[in-house]
Amino acid sequence: MSAFALDKLTAKFPRAILERYRDRTGGDWGVIDSESIRDVASELKDDPELDFKLFLSIDAVDRLMLAGPHPRFEIVYFFYSLKRGEHIRLKCRVSEECAEVPSITSVYLGANWFERFVWDFYGIRFRGHPDLRRILMYEEFKGHPLRKDYPLRQRQPLVPERPIQDIFRGPGTNRP
Amino acid sequence: MANPPSPSIGAASPPLPGGESELEAHLPSKRMEVNLGPSHPAMHGTVRMKVELEGETIVRADPEIGFLHRGFQKSCENVTWTQCLPYTDRLNYVSALMNNFGFLNAVEKLIGLEIPERAQFIRTIGCELHRIADHLTCVGAIGLELGGMSAFLYCIEARELIVDRVTELTGARLTTTFGRVGGLNRDLPPQWLESVLKTLEKIKWLVGEVDTLLTNNRIFVDRMKGTGVITAQDALDFGFTGPCLRACGINYDVRKAHPYWVYDRLAFDVPLGRNGDNFDRYLMRIEEIKQSDHIVRQAIEMIKPGPVIIDDWRITLPPKPEVYGTIEGVMAHFKLIMEGIQVPAGEVYDSTEAANGELGWYLVSDGSGRPYKVHVRAPGFAILSGIRRMVEGQLIGDLIPTFDTINMIGGEVEQ
Repeated sequence: MSAFALDKLTAKFPRAILERYRDRTGGDWGVIDSESIRDVASELKDDPELDFKLFLSIDAVDRLMLAGPHPRFEIVYFFYSLKRGEHIRLKCRVSEECAEVPSITSVYLGANWFERFVWDFYGIRFRGHPDLRRILMYEEFKGHPLRKDYPLRQRQPLVPERPIQDIFRGPGTNRP
Repeated sequence: MANPPSPSIGAASPPLPGGESELEAHLPSKRMEVNLGPSHPAMHGTVRMKVELEGETIVRADPEIGFLHRGFQKSCENVTWTQCLPYTDRLNYVSALMNNFGFLNAVEKLIGLEIPERAQFIRTIGCELHRIADHLTCVGAIGLELGGMSAFLYCIEARELIVDRVTELTGARLTTTFGRVGGLNRDLPPQWLESVLKTLEKIKWLVGEVDTLLTNNRIFVDRMKGTGVITAQDALDFGFTGPCLRACGINYDVRKAHPYWVYDRLAFDVPLGRNGDNFDRYLMRIEEIKQSDHIVRQAIEMIKPGPVIIDDWRITLPPKPEVYGTIEGVMAHFKLIMEGIQVPAGEVYDSTEAANGELGWYLVSDGSGRPYKVHVRAPGFAILSGIRRMVEGQLIGDLIPTFDTINMIGGEVEQ
């Protein structure tokens, strides 16, 4: 579907596109070198011929239980081009030891929460993210729940109460 | 800015710069942090909004989500594909059928299945009915939170009629768990289509009432027009889809752009807004209710008798006489229940148009009976992340209608 966009990307960044393949359902995938994802994303967005202006989604896959030589984590990106009427599917592969990729928040504002989600659930850091906090879990949560080695029925330690100086006015009043 | 030392009261004070007298001068103010929610009726029970105020103006808004997190993805990874279905009900609990069918559509694409035509029509009718219900809930909540109780009552009455029809169809009011991989688990109840047509007539009247109550209501329009504005550029950047994106004038509807089921055979319009403000988002919803009504009527005209599920015992349960009467039947039943559908290894991204926008699914299968990864791209998640852009610099009073018109559903945002 998005073969044209991938062709164009390959021409522009010959070293950033590590692999291309078509999945069984006909979706074209581009495997991007994780260090170039920011440049690739901004090219996709700003090239008037490609025009992938609509940000859709980011998530990750933990390949721990899957066969194959690939590194442990895959981060998947989905964008949509209104002009070309097609989705683009990209993925970056990172290993467990250096689970870090550049953030694309400066390209797509919507990436902010999705990258926080991936950090929260997979423990993959996004370099240059303005506010990389957990999003659905609480700050004191131990571990990253969607990793395949996080047990389904894992229990979490009790969290001490956060200090509240002014009990009548509630949280937020203990700031300097 | 340092205030000039104020002279004692009673003394004839010199006029302040800018022609203001002392009584009308601005009092020194300081920033105040206000917590809205999570237990706040306007926050729909699940979102905490940390708002920093300068007087009545919002300087910074920081939504904090996760109070309704139930581990949707982790749960799905540990059950069979069919058992994921009840979890999908609880994503967008206002329009559960759309989640059910959206998920099934993605799984069917991953297997490479074509479902029977009658099932496609029933899915379309179910989705459009629930789209009406979702929009009615949204419009009703807007009315209620801006003080128009009667609009809310009309909307909820109309929504209850749809819920009644859905109950007849699926057996549950909200958590429908309807449909199976390969089609539907049961056909329509007798006389159901006739009662849907009657319901649509009633809803048309009720929506007309709401329309007259709100759309030209001076108080309502003053609160909605020009508040919560987002530009088309920002909306795309944040990943807005559905009515919120179309209110900015961008024509993107998955039903038109990538038609699935029978949408390419049905005639309907995609309403577009212009300003991207609360009022346009409200109008989108009213207009889409009318379009959905139109779609359901056409689908009812075109639907023909036939099977509602494919006949492949590797994917669908065999009929009960076969299960109790033949060894092949009992084996197929046993294997499907115990091991689940053997979805071949692979990955897929597929999306359908839910009430609030593109509901995307990225599924990975490792060839066992259980999903390896179920990513759901909930439309509300992206939209809620953009609310900062819509309310910062606005009055705190405008936060409430803005929060309503984006129609954030806690279940799908917080998974």
